[in-house]
Parts: sequence; structure tokens; C-alpha cells
Amino acid sequence: MQGVLAILSFFARRVSLSLITLFLLSIMVFLGGQVLPGNVGRAILGPFADQRAVDALNHTLGVDRPLLVQYWSWISNFVQGDMGTSYIFRSPVAPFVIDALGNSMKLAAVAFVLVVPIGILGGVIAALNLNRPLDRIISLGGLSVTVLPEFVTGIILILIFGVWLRWLPISAAWPRNAGFFTQLYYLILPSLPLFLVLFGYIARMARSGMIEALDSDYTRTAVLKGLPWRTVIWRHVLRNALLPTITVIATQTGYLIGGLVVIETLFRYQGIGSLIFTAARGKDFPMLESGILTIGIVYAVATLAADFLYSVLNPRIRLGSDQ
Amino acid sequence: MSAVQTTSQDDTRKRGPLAEVFFSLLRSRTFLVGLAIVLFWVACALFGERFAPYDPLADDIINALAPPSREHWFGTDQIGRDVFSRVIVGSRDILTVAPLATLLATVAGTALGLLTGYFRGIVDDVVSRILEAFMAIPVVIVALLAIVALGTSKTTVIIVIGLSFAPIIARTVRSAVLAERELDYVAAAQLRHESALHTMFVEILPNVIPPILVETTVRLGYAIFAVATLSFMGFGIQPPSPDWGLSISSNYGMIGGGFWWTVLFDALAIASLVIGVNLAADGVHGAFND
Repeated sequence: MQGVLAILSFFARRVSLSLITLFLLSIMVFLGGQVLPGNVGRAILGPFADQRAVDALNHTLGVDRPLLVQYWSWISNFVQGDMGTSYIFRSPVAPFVIDALGNSMKLAAVAFVLVVPIGILGGVIAALNLNRPLDRIISLGGLSVTVLPEFVTGIILILIFGVWLRWLPISAAWPRNAGFFTQLYYLILPSLPLFLVLFGYIARMARSGMIEALDSDYTRTAVLKGLPWRTVIWRHVLRNALLPTITVIATQTGYLIGGLVVIETLFRYQGIGSLIFTAARGKDFPMLESGILTIGIVYAVATLAADFLYSVLNPRIRLGSDQ
Repeated sequence: MSAVQTTSQDDTRKRGPLAEVFFSLLRSRTFLVGLAIVLFWVACALFGERFAPYDPLADDIINALAPPSREHWFGTDQIGRDVFSRVIVGSRDILTVAPLATLLATVAGTALGLLTGYFRGIVDDVVSRILEAFMAIPVVIVALLAIVALGTSKTTVIIVIGLSFAPIIARTVRSAVLAERELDYVAAAQLRHESALHTMFVEILPNVIPPILVETTVRLGYAIFAVATLSFMGFGIQPPSPDWGLSISSNYGMIGGGFWWTVLFDALAIASLVIGVNLAADGVHGAFND
């Protein structure tokens, strides 16, 4: 009972922190999208438009109201699912954002399904071969591909698998009515750059978690009491070693989404990243703001989920401070 | 008066460890390899035009999209510009913008970190929450929003990336300051009724330089990453600069047709610079933590 209460209060504190973060994020997005650009009507109509037309457009868009009123109407509508009207498409933003988010999740899912097991496996293998050549190759290789911009690895992978070997399509736009496996086939190449970036992080966390766990007293005890090595690894080492990795995987969602902007642009894929990119290109502020705030929400939810999972798996964290 | 003396004594005492760090850097193979790569590109940025075989901006439509040959080692792009010359000179803009952004991030981040770590309490809470919100979305997207709102120019890119990275440096500095402020020398300064600013910038700052240096070198790698990415998306360095990210963005549409040389060498150049900076950063990190 006490434990459940502790989890609940821990979680309540986390949720309220996320809400504060999201509130601040919404203010920043609002400032960036509606205050900094200055005269929205002028920005849309161009420098030669008639002042009356600019004023009329500003009035229609509601950007001539006081800032507080604008913020409140924007955020209260957003919470109710009304993300405003796109300047470019002249139609509600929400369906675009939802479609795009769905597409991005497909791409992200492919990358995650590939990278989580392989990354953890890589880290575990590296730790079990500590300071031997295999460890060096995995660690240094992982580090090198992690620091490269996604469009650089993307271009190199496109050249290798799309242009020279011709194994995979170089665009992620699959034919209409494509089935699950066809879609998957088109998503492999775009997910590889994301895979490479994430692989380094996950493998590094898994490796250092493993090293710490292998070095611990409980592992020594388990070995000394005569348990088989395999049991020691599976039951004692891995359980403790992989806890921090879970948190890293969740925090990587943020980076993953940053990467999506680039990857989706490079592969012409209709996801939230390319939505933001197109909106930015066209100065479509309602679309841009909603896209970014949506990403913030996805990130907050992922972080919360990771915290929750972590606290359930690790009883020690529940009762300690939230630092 | 007494403050001046304390700091000068601190300096003499610190020279030992700093010299040690310097020598262990010289012994670090990772650092030296990284440094060599970075210096190579810096040399290209400074003197590239002298040994580039062609004018990197001169077009030559008749020889457009020529594959690599003896005349054009890396081939030519879609309007016949020599790719080899462009790759050599292409390091210039990114090696101006990224370091300046990092410098701005370091200065702003250090100030913020000192303030939040030293005062704690409400200042810390408020600033930390704002910084957290800032870090909840990827830098590239923050930058995108800000650049669209402010308009694209090299200065905007420097300011936007600098300010986006400041919170991350602030976090590192803050945690270092939290540990330092409990030490006796800070208590001594407070007992002498030194001003808070003096305590922060004259007493504490010299003692948190190592984590700041490490964080700065790491951030430089990310700054290059961010500038290259923004340029690739058309929100960073603008044409007609031979910048690598920009060149890739204007040529990658054609790689389906097999014109690999228009993008491969720029991609490899970015890769080598980023890896070089990260190797050097790794060396600096190692030297300070041994």
C-alpha cells in the first residue's frame, strides 16, 4: 500500500513538472510563431500589398488582438483539438498533424524495433569483451556514427544501397495502397540513419551499465556461490545493467524527432518532420506551432513513460528524491 | 586587496595541474588525430583558394555534371563548378559560424550556470524550468522556429544555435558550481563580504574551468552538426557559398540519376570534420578526467 502511494505521488510530481515544461514550451512556441515574426499579414501578403488588405487579413487571422487574448485562444483551442487554420492550405491544421504524426511513428517504430535489441546486444557484447578489439570496434564505431548528422549518413547510405547496389528504393514514398511489407521495404533505408545515431547512445549506455553491474558485489557473490556464468549474466547482471538504458531510450525520442525532420526531408516522407519543414519554408505559422507543440507533447509523454517504467522496475528510485 | 592575493596564489597552485593536462593531451593519440583533422580543414578555410585548382564559384555549363577525371578530380556539379575546389573552400563558413555559436553558448551558459548554481532557491527553480522546457525539443527544431521568425542570416544562425546550446552548458556549470559553493574558499569570500558577482566570477569561475572546457569542445561538435543540418535544410548558410551542407542540399535531388560525386565528397568532408572535433573533444575529456 505504502509502495503504491509512493509510486503515485512520485508520478503526480513528475506529471506536474511535465505540465509546467509544456506550458513554458507553449509560451516559447507562441513567442516564436506569433510575436517575433512581427506583422503576420505583411509577411503573408508581401511588401507591396495595400496596407488596408494587410490590416484586414490581420483582423481575420485575429493577430491584431492583445497578446494575452491571442495566447489564450490559441492554447485553449489547441487543448480541445483545434490547432487553427493553415495559412497555406486554408484548412484546419489538425488532420495534417495527425496524419503526419502517424507516418512519423511508423518510421520511428521501424528504427526503434531495429535499434533497441541490436544496440543493447552491441553494448553487452562490448562489455563482455572489455578492452578487447571487439569492444573497441563497437565503442569507437558507435561513437563515430552517433556524432554524424543524419543527412550525411543518409546520403552515404542512399549512395551505397540505393544508387550503387540498387537494393533499396531511395525515396520513402511508397506506391498507393501498398501493403505492410511493401511499406516496410520502403522504410528500411530511411530508418537506417536514425538507427546509426541511436545505436551509439544505446550501446554506450548498455555497455557502461554492464561494466558497472559486472564489477558489483552482488555479481561477485553470485559467481562465488557457484552459479553458472549464464545464470549470473541473465538473472543478476542484465537486470541491473539495463535499467539506465531504458531512460536513455526514452530521452532519445527527442533526438529521434529532430532527426526525423532531416530524414523525412531527405527521403520525401510525409511525416511530422517534413510537415514542420514545409511549414517553416512557407512561413505557415499555425502549422509550424502545432507541429512543434505536438512534438513537445510526444517527448513529454515518452519521458513520463520512461520514468514510470524505471520506477516500477527499480524500487530504489521511488522512495528517493526526484533528482 | 586580499582577494587579489588569493586569486594569484590560486593561479600558481593551478599551473601544475593545467600543465599536466596539456602534456597528457600531447600524449593522447585520439586528441592528436582529431586535432590534425580539424587543423587540416582550418588550413583549407584560411588558404584554400590558393591551392584550389579552379574558382569554386565559377560555372562552366558545357562541362556540367562531368564525372571525376584528371581535369576535375571530384567531377563537376550541375552548373559545371569544380567539386574539388568547392569541397576545399567549403569549410570556411561552417568553421566561422559553428565556433562563434559555441563561444556565445559558452559565455551565456557559464553566466547562467554560475547564477543558478550560486543563488539556488527561486532563481534556480525558475531558470531551470525554463531551460528544461527549452531542452524538451530538439535544437534543430528550436532553431528552425527562431530562424523562420527572425529571417535567415549567418548572425541569426550564430545567435540561435548559441542560445539553444547555452542551457546545456549552463546545466554542466551549475552542477559544478553546486559542488564548489560548499567549499571553504567560497565561505571565506562570503565572510570577507565580497559581492556575489565577485564570488561567482573571480573565486568560483577559475575552479570550474575544466568542465566548461570539456563541455565547450563537445558542444563544438554539435554546433557543426547543427549548422550543417540547418544549411542542408536551407535555413543556415546561404548560396552562393560553397558550404558542404548547402551543396548537398542543392545536388541530392539528382543522385537517383547516378551523379554520386556531386554529394559524396561534401558528405565525407562533413563526416571527417565532425569526427575530428569529437575525437579532439574525447581527448580533452580524457585529459581532464585522468
